[in-house]
Amino acid sequence: MTPEKSMEMAVTMPLRAILEEYPVCRDFFLNLRIADLDWELTLLQALETANPDVFDEFGLDKGTILRDFCRFLETFAGGTEGAGEVRSLTIVGGHGKTGESEIPELTVSVGDIISIVGPTGSGKSRLLADIECLADGDTPTGRKILIDGRTLTDDERFDRAGRMVAQLSQNMNFVMDLTVREFLEMHAVSRQSKDVEKTVSQCFECATNLAGERFTRETKVTQLSGGQSRALMIADTAYMSCSPIVLIDEIENAGIDRRRAVELLARKEKIVFLATHDPLLALSAQKRIVIKNGGISRVIETSGDERECLGTIEKLDAILYRLRHSLRDGQIIGKHIMEGIE
Amino acid sequence: MRLITVAGPPSSGKTSVILKLIEAMDVPVSEIGVVKFDCLTSFDHLRYESMGIRVETGFSGRVCPDHYFVGNIEAAVEWGLKSGFRLMVTESAGLCNRCSPYLKGILAVCVIDNLSGVNTPRKIGPMLKLADVVVVTKGDIVSQAEREVFSFNVRQVNTSAAIIFVNGITGQGATMLEKHVRNAKEIEGLRDVRLRFTTPAAVCSYCTGEMRIGEEYQMGTLKKMEFRQL
Repeated sequence: MTPEKSMEMAVTMPLRAILEEYPVCRDFFLNLRIADLDWELTLLQALETANPDVFDEFGLDKGTILRDFCRFLETFAGGTEGAGEVRSLTIVGGHGKTGESEIPELTVSVGDIISIVGPTGSGKSRLLADIECLADGDTPTGRKILIDGRTLTDDERFDRAGRMVAQLSQNMNFVMDLTVREFLEMHAVSRQSKDVEKTVSQCFECATNLAGERFTRETKVTQLSGGQSRALMIADTAYMSCSPIVLIDEIENAGIDRRRAVELLARKEKIVFLATHDPLLALSAQKRIVIKNGGISRVIETSGDERECLGTIEKLDAILYRLRHSLRDGQIIGKHIMEGIE
Repeated sequence: MRLITVAGPPSSGKTSVILKLIEAMDVPVSEIGVVKFDCLTSFDHLRYESMGIRVETGFSGRVCPDHYFVGNIEAAVEWGLKSGFRLMVTESAGLCNRCSPYLKGILAVCVIDNLSGVNTPRKIGPMLKLADVVVVTKGDIVSQAEREVFSFNVRQVNTSAAIIFVNGITGQGATMLEKHVRNAKEIEGLRDVRLRFTTPAAVCSYCTGEMRIGEEYQMGTLKKMEFRQL
């Protein structure tokens, strides 16, 4: 929204009409400790009836409130800021820790799943950091990250960096005391979702399907098991995150259907990077980046042979999955569980 | 000399962010100075000194930290200029959510952490609202959703600042912060520079040592609560 348009709205429209169109604007008033105003009036008219002492505490007066309200409208009227659409991402190689060059270039597109493998401390996080800040030869690796085939201008970088990558790792926890429903609603509202209820339902259904153990909408997020938390985080990232790139760091032991989880993200128009030691996940990707001594030493396309191995790995994984279920179910473990091993 | 003012709630990660920022900068540590404004006790000077950075620490003690900041910032800058620094960073803890130790025309960085709760940005006043750059820390231990809602709430209060996620342990994100700091203005003193926001007002009998409870002992600027009758 242009400054002219926001000013026109703020000056001529009754507040109620503005709030109906942009419910997020109610927060503007709550942040200034204003819970009730005469919403039938325009902003300036309504402010006449409010207690000026409160504005004074915020260092504001009617004029500056009008200015701030207009900026608020301009910021949120077009939806909550995202990182914008990304069709492809290109990593232009730099160098490793001791200066040796890495692969010249790698381009990945929306819907691609790329795994990143390499020893701990080899530089997987550095690669992520380079992607996150849209490196332009100005980080220790000298890498460049191109979006849709081109280098972004500094202004574009400032604007988009930090929102490019959604991250999911084993170390992440929910720290809020909310139920699953409240949590998803909060995220949906902040994304200014048009149909909060529908978005929340989709997310919830998806999360419970991915998790091995069921949970309800009224479960507290802090009470979810590791696997349930991971499932909820993945579903939430798929349906609601603003970031076009997702980096998943070590979710192997989460006890969820991780291959399906990763494919879900890819289907949701994301570029998925997976830092993993899990053979099933590593080989599920179309390509894998091998990191050694700070640099990308190889990019391996998953071969036909590897895909064949993947079949066996999947069977093994399915057995482990059944085994977990059976144990959880109180069953006695016997040879029948092992069926499928050649 | 370039000057940047960094403020943020206690334990939000200000010192870690500043250290990672300095690592990301192309300035020798001998040409960087830090002035730490704290209240009663601080151990942060040890962390700066271990990196070879010159640091001065001041304690506001029984004085409002913002008043203490204003009263000393000019001398701090003079110290920095005399020491021949190319970059000086002031670090001050915001304690009452109303603090705003920022100066007009001087790069203002606010550091807040994801663990403080998603609604906290909406409760922090001018310290967040008037910052040029908002650095969010501890994002590596909360969910993506919480990070996004947190940013959304920062944006509600400050529609124009750059929001940068910095991991104070690994330094991830410090490169972006460095880009903003690189363009900080060169200064030769603070004459005629103004604060961005008024400091909290408190000139009352309790400021001068009164300890007794009761209306008859209260003088000066005191604000009264109103209680609703049942």
